[in-house]
Amino acid sequence: MINNTSSGVAKISLTPNADSHFSRKGIVQITLLGLLLLLPVTAYFLGHIYYVNLASRITIIAMAAVGLNLAIGYGGMVSFGHAAYFGLGGYVAGISAYHAFDFTPFMTWPFSVPGSDNLLVVWLAAAILCGLLALAIGAISLRTTGVYFIMITLAFAQMIYYFANSWPTYGGEDGLPIYLRNGLPFVDTTNALSYFLICFAGLVLAMAITSRLMKSRFGAALTMARLNDVRLATAGISPYPIRLIAFVISAVITGLAGALYADLNGFVSPTMLSWHFSGELMVIVILGGVGRLYGPLAGAILFVMMETLLGGITQYWQLFLGLVLLGVVLFAKHGVMGWLAGRELNE
Amino acid sequence: MSVTLLIEQLLNGVQLGTMLFLMASGLTLIFGVMGLINLAHGSFYMVGAYATAAVTASTGSFLIGLGAGIAAAALAGALVELIVIRRLYHRPHLDQVLATFALILIFSEGTRFIFGSSPLRLSPPSWLTGFVTLPGDTRYPIYRLVLIGVGIAISIGLYLLISRTRLGMRIRAGESDREMIGALGVNISKLYTLVFALGAGLAGLAGALVGALQSVQVGMGEPVLILAFVVIVIGGIGSIKGALFGALLVGIVDTLGRVYLPIFFRAFMPPSEATGVGAALAAMLIYILMAVILAFKPKGLFAAHD
Amino acid sequence: MKNMTRLGLGLLLSSSVAIAHADDVKIGMITTLSGGGSHLGVDVRDGFMLAMEQSGQDDIEVLIQDDANRPDLARSLANEFMQRDQVDILTGLIWSNLAMAVVPAVVRQGTFYLSPNAGPSDLAGRMCHENYFNVAYQNDNLHGAMGAYMREEGYEKPIILAPNYPAGTDALAGFKHLYEGDVVDELYTQMGQTDYAAEIAQIRASDADSLFFFLPGGMGISFMKQWESSGVDIPIFGAAFSFDEILIKAVGSAAIGARNTSLWAYDLDNETNHRFVETFREAYGRTPTLYAAQGFDTANLILSALEVAHPDDQDAFREALRAADFDSVRGEFRFGPNHHPIQDIYVREVVEGDDGQPTNRLLGIAIEDIQDIYYEQCQM
Repeated sequence: MINNTSSGVAKISLTPNADSHFSRKGIVQITLLGLLLLLPVTAYFLGHIYYVNLASRITIIAMAAVGLNLAIGYGGMVSFGHAAYFGLGGYVAGISAYHAFDFTPFMTWPFSVPGSDNLLVVWLAAAILCGLLALAIGAISLRTTGVYFIMITLAFAQMIYYFANSWPTYGGEDGLPIYLRNGLPFVDTTNALSYFLICFAGLVLAMAITSRLMKSRFGAALTMARLNDVRLATAGISPYPIRLIAFVISAVITGLAGALYADLNGFVSPTMLSWHFSGELMVIVILGGVGRLYGPLAGAILFVMMETLLGGITQYWQLFLGLVLLGVVLFAKHGVMGWLAGRELNE
Repeated sequence: MSVTLLIEQLLNGVQLGTMLFLMASGLTLIFGVMGLINLAHGSFYMVGAYATAAVTASTGSFLIGLGAGIAAAALAGALVELIVIRRLYHRPHLDQVLATFALILIFSEGTRFIFGSSPLRLSPPSWLTGFVTLPGDTRYPIYRLVLIGVGIAISIGLYLLISRTRLGMRIRAGESDREMIGALGVNISKLYTLVFALGAGLAGLAGALVGALQSVQVGMGEPVLILAFVVIVIGGIGSIKGALFGALLVGIVDTLGRVYLPIFFRAFMPPSEATGVGAALAAMLIYILMAVILAFKPKGLFAAHD
Repeated sequence: MKNMTRLGLGLLLSSSVAIAHADDVKIGMITTLSGGGSHLGVDVRDGFMLAMEQSGQDDIEVLIQDDANRPDLARSLANEFMQRDQVDILTGLIWSNLAMAVVPAVVRQGTFYLSPNAGPSDLAGRMCHENYFNVAYQNDNLHGAMGAYMREEGYEKPIILAPNYPAGTDALAGFKHLYEGDVVDELYTQMGQTDYAAEIAQIRASDADSLFFFLPGGMGISFMKQWESSGVDIPIFGAAFSFDEILIKAVGSAAIGARNTSLWAYDLDNETNHRFVETFREAYGRTPTLYAAQGFDTANLILSALEVAHPDDQDAFREALRAADFDSVRGEFRFGPNHHPIQDIYVREVVEGDDGQPTNRLLGIAIEDIQDIYYEQCQM
């Protein structure tokens, strides 16, 4: 029965016409993505910088959720510790900027590593480190299944959280400010619109990678590993490495989102690593619709908008947030995307 | 470090463990019987503490307050099961996670709406304050000894309930085969409500008892929820015996780690750094313990079933 | 006098609505109103709004939002206030880690920030800024003052305790800096820890003659309740963060006899304070905490500066803030060169009040004119 945890997640569509742009689903998807792009651009030219930054925040959270969705939705690996990668990505951006600003090396032994304020370097480092961390955590965690997997991923994230909280070098609980947003050659990243477009590109890329991956042989194997790993094994493919690779890719996407988030806020702190954030990310994925390409985007838009709008109305806004979330679970099966765009074809 | 201090710290660990057991046993029962991951279990802990504090303040009697706390938590549990959880049994686990996450928000902010932002006052009754002197001239608070006693009594009670009563039989049947006991004519929805209320009541009892030693405030259930999850995963989900063993292990390891890790690091580091490093490692200790156990025993120490 | 000119100007301009609007002042308050520990934010807000109401000015708009004690949310709210609502002044944050996330960017973008609570060392030292003013305290103030007080009182073997996070290590460092003697031991607890049996046993096993601890909020409540029945009978000392009027009522009899340092006490004898405590009790039906006092002072500082200049005239407004020409509930109040207060710190003892509930009673001054040790690192 514990295996139930991984069942019931939505399946990816294997029929070629499922993604036709003229279906109800296609229209909803294009509308969502189009609005996310057009509204901030319009707001920017009307002079409302705030809405551009809000859109950047939604985009980044959505990207982090796209990463988690790859693990939860497509891979059936319910990770309760993705804040670890989000936070690590953030800390890479923060620590790198800190050393670049101070002109001190990050490490001197066995070889000297300087800080950098170049986003490409930051992203590369974040991707590599998050990948390595996920490789280590995944290698151990994937020996377990079901609720045990949920809890062991949480345990690893908690270790990192407590470590960051009490390690004084990079600010501990106070966190680490990034004085100047890390830059790119030829692009003014401090401009709100440019930075939004970078984030938007990141989100689209993450979704494209997920989509391509799931249409490949690898994706078919991952789906099979989720649905029936015994059958996969009889086909001569071991499910373990397939899952591990998917887990690592998922962590890298979430980690890159974390790096973007740190630069957006100009700040990184242990709250990015907390189990609350892991939980929120999971809620966003489920809210949008598990295992649906556009689910994380829909979930992130709804979640962040509610957080922002309700907060302005009442100091008990979290009560109403809870009621809305509960309403979605009870009355909109398969998340917001399921409600907007209908069920997936072979669900 | 003297032997008496070690014994006292072991007692502290056992006491922490017995309270964790009250939380963990409900959590593991609910998971075992209904297959539900209940993130809102910490909310029942909070409900128990708040109801106890409010009723104790108005009646002046801790015992009445305690009864009210357990009743309020069990009632909250039954209501949650009837209104929300019932609709989610045939749904994926992830929907249950989302629903119970939403319940945390509703309970926390609802409590703040009713009782305000300030922490509530709740102290042990006067006849349980003070300390006893143990051999080796160690003073130990009576109230903590009582907590250990209550914890042991509840474990025995739960054991008898599950192994000797009709309800227990149904719970065991439900754990091994949920479809089957429905077919056998057991009123399964009543059983589920009952088990959920029982688990919530146990959490409420823990909240009420520990609330007298701690701050009764919004969000007090969250740290203990995470610890309780660690406990049931170490012990093996669905196993009461595992929950008891896991709770004691976590309680003792956490307590001893907090005391002896800083001392250990002082042996070869400057004192100020050693306390910091030791404290940081102590905070991570139970998670390290859990990861190590799961790495070797992926289904916990006392896996009840698969 | 200034009021008169302002009034006259207002009359002159009242015909032109647009200009009158440009003269309006918008203040954004981001504070913690939900979750555990939200009573601090509620008191800062209530103290602040009380002063605003008493001023009777209707050209000041205060916007309030809840940060739920989350740095990233606080940061986003700050953007909302600055970029959408175009506020002139921001204030309200309770926690150091949130201040670190928000303040540097806010002041760099040319908005004023006044801290009604929390004074992390970086903002007093190397990251200080001309648009940042701390109206409460630098984080070390109260701990250092307690160190000085305990040395003066002749305690020779204190044991000290704090959570293992920056504010905790800073607190113990601040204590030791002014205590100047050796401490028996320093214990670090976990952030948010709820059970202190292990630490209490260690304190009992040591031969300390006194205990100093820094455990803000719920952690302090838990600690003191558990301390009471432990049978350890050495005197306890702390900072007001564990002994505000709301917390000690939740602790109950366990807090009686504890001494704590505070920058303010409700029974502090000065005219402004009498009026503040009386009107606060009238308005909200409870005794104010130091957070309410800090909120009240922050609002009055802003009001005093607004009488001199509009925040759009940044240099004049900043000068007016720096002058701190307002009646503080703390009595005397002035800023050091890094815009942090130089102030007297008081000692209070928790006693049983007339209603049988614990309450703070002022004992005297712990240290006069304390100034943080970071101002030399500050270049603005």
